[in-house]
Amino acid sequence: MDLHRRDFLKVMCATGLTLATGTALNATPKNKYTPEFHGILYDSVRCKGCRGCEYDCADANGLPEPEPTKKIRGLRKTDENHRTVVNEHKTSKGLVYVKMQCMHCNEPACTAACLTQAMSKTKEGPVIWRGDKCMGCRYCMVSCPFDMPKFEYHSPNPKIQKCTMCYDTRVLKGELPACVENCPNEALMFGTRRELISEARRRIYEKPGEYVEQIYGEHEAGGSGWLYLSPVPFEELGMNTSLQNASYPALTKGFLYSVPSVFVLVPALLLGIQQATKKNHPNDDSDDE
Amino acid sequence: MNSQTAIAADNDGKSTWKFLLRELKPKGRWLTPFNIISIPIILFGIALIVIRFWKGIGAITNLSQEIPWGLWIGFDVVTGVAFAGGAYVITFMVYILNMRQYHSIVRVTVLNGFLAYLFYAGALLLDLGRPWNVINPIIGNNFGVSSVLFLVAWHFLLYMIAQLIEFSPAIAEWLGARRARKILSAMTLGAVIFGITLSMLHQSGLGALYLMAKDKIHPLWYSEFIPIMFFVSSIFAGLSMVIFEGSISHRVFFSQISEKNHHKQRGIVLGLSKICTGSMFVYFFLQLLVFIHGKRWDLINTPMGYWYLLEMLGFVLLPMTLFFYSYRSGNIMLIRVAAILTMVGVVLNRLNVTIIGFRWDMAVHYVPSWMEIVVTLTVLFTELWIFRWVINRLPVLRDSPAWVKEENN
Repeated sequence: MDLHRRDFLKVMCATGLTLATGTALNATPKNKYTPEFHGILYDSVRCKGCRGCEYDCADANGLPEPEPTKKIRGLRKTDENHRTVVNEHKTSKGLVYVKMQCMHCNEPACTAACLTQAMSKTKEGPVIWRGDKCMGCRYCMVSCPFDMPKFEYHSPNPKIQKCTMCYDTRVLKGELPACVENCPNEALMFGTRRELISEARRRIYEKPGEYVEQIYGEHEAGGSGWLYLSPVPFEELGMNTSLQNASYPALTKGFLYSVPSVFVLVPALLLGIQQATKKNHPNDDSDDE
Repeated sequence: MNSQTAIAADNDGKSTWKFLLRELKPKGRWLTPFNIISIPIILFGIALIVIRFWKGIGAITNLSQEIPWGLWIGFDVVTGVAFAGGAYVITFMVYILNMRQYHSIVRVTVLNGFLAYLFYAGALLLDLGRPWNVINPIIGNNFGVSSVLFLVAWHFLLYMIAQLIEFSPAIAEWLGARRARKILSAMTLGAVIFGITLSMLHQSGLGALYLMAKDKIHPLWYSEFIPIMFFVSSIFAGLSMVIFEGSISHRVFFSQISEKNHHKQRGIVLGLSKICTGSMFVYFFLQLLVFIHGKRWDLINTPMGYWYLLEMLGFVLLPMTLFFYSYRSGNIMLIRVAAILTMVGVVLNRLNVTIIGFRWDMAVHYVPSWMEIVVTLTVLFTELWIFRWVINRLPVLRDSPAWVKEENN
């Protein structure tokens, strides 16, 4: 390598200038504020099944008013007009009420499934849906282990309806989600997930006879924003207790990770085979391409 | 025998536009049985599609909140794409392994594959609730890169371009564009290599779509090997379709196929049935491994277990044996029977994963509405119309025009 004096001086000048004027580059995130995931603790021991949260939810999200309790027969599911429902279960400890809505998973299957980032896990924890991105493919519905995204099948401009924990409308303004704010029995509690889990543990510890020793949502499907306390085993409340504890997006990880290697290795392999077999077949066919 | 073949450049004095206009007109008789059946269904299907965009997807489908993907995804897209797999297998054999004896079926297979993708991806648009956002994952900053569907969507698009490049020399020959033909032919190998890689990934990707639906699919059809199963089965699904399509094309478009290629067909079908036997054996063995390692014996003595046995024994093992036997004995008729059985088996398998085994435990099962079936038939018939139009005009089954051979020599 031959380096002339002139070039050497140039390099030295450039290095010196960079050292003198450049600023240090460290791998630090631009935005230092990283909020913790928030969630809601639902205590079915405290819930009296007044269904006030259903009305508040419909009101806050512009959905039709829920039907009166007298007209309700059997267990209901959330649908495109009900982002949340409260069901009554006859259990070994009498009537127990359970509120159902999107669980706001830590690693949501719907978000991993969404090819347009319409389903999105916010920094604060709620999983939201953005209509300007969604193409209505309903892959989120196929993937969600809780079956929570609901689709407006009878609309030419259909939306996905599910609980957003009132993210845009209330939480960002520092208010509580509509259901939490108006619950008369303090069955709902909003906070960081960490606080909620320790609060749930405290309740179980202080009244061991009243609660089963499990917080539904602590580990299910990789953990969720909504956490449940119950006086009876969760199977009795119709909740799916056979879900895996690993997150659902982990199921497609292996496949997705293999894609780059296939993309690099297979074309090279194909080209190799093509070159290797080329000579074996001299033009035995006239209609060659 | 290609004397009637219209070639734009041969029409001295007439412009290409006039040639194209003339080619657009229908050829041959109008009142064929195919037309009499397909025209009313297509018209009716179009009316249903209008209703779907006017009143919403629920107006003509039986989809529900628990079963968001029905016939249009499970059959049109997932099954249709498996059958279109013949294109990548045949191009692999001809251009990569240099098995020249299969060259005469490349064009028709690639055309079939291309149209299948075009129409089944088109059918996907009908199923999208908000189709005006379909470009979001392609442009803009809405890349959901953690999604298998993102991969599948991109691969559909790229593979369609690759197939169009593979097929484009035929278009150039039709238009008499000699220079364009030379350039496009030179791109074939690149397109083939790219296309095979894409096919491997999205054939398996269609299976990987269902990996997150772990608790919803019957355990006999769910395993972490769905992607590999889908990929391996697409090989014999595609080749069975090639055998089936070939046996029909050789009758319907008899006059277009040269004497030489008619004679070659027998050897081609025998060769393909050999490959089918091999790939079906691999597939069956994989299924067996998953079954034994998954300790699934206790699932067999149930209605779904019998259904699984029917699929595996009746529509994988039986056609595999038939392929093997008829290849050894040179029985073309039996190979066709095996091809049809295999195709039924692939339809069964894809529907078992996507529809029948999906939420098998629900009280109310999804059964497609008659309107969904009519729309599916509309898509299928429209594709066949386009296929026939192209076959009757472009050098797909018939030999290339004389000037192509002159240039090659």
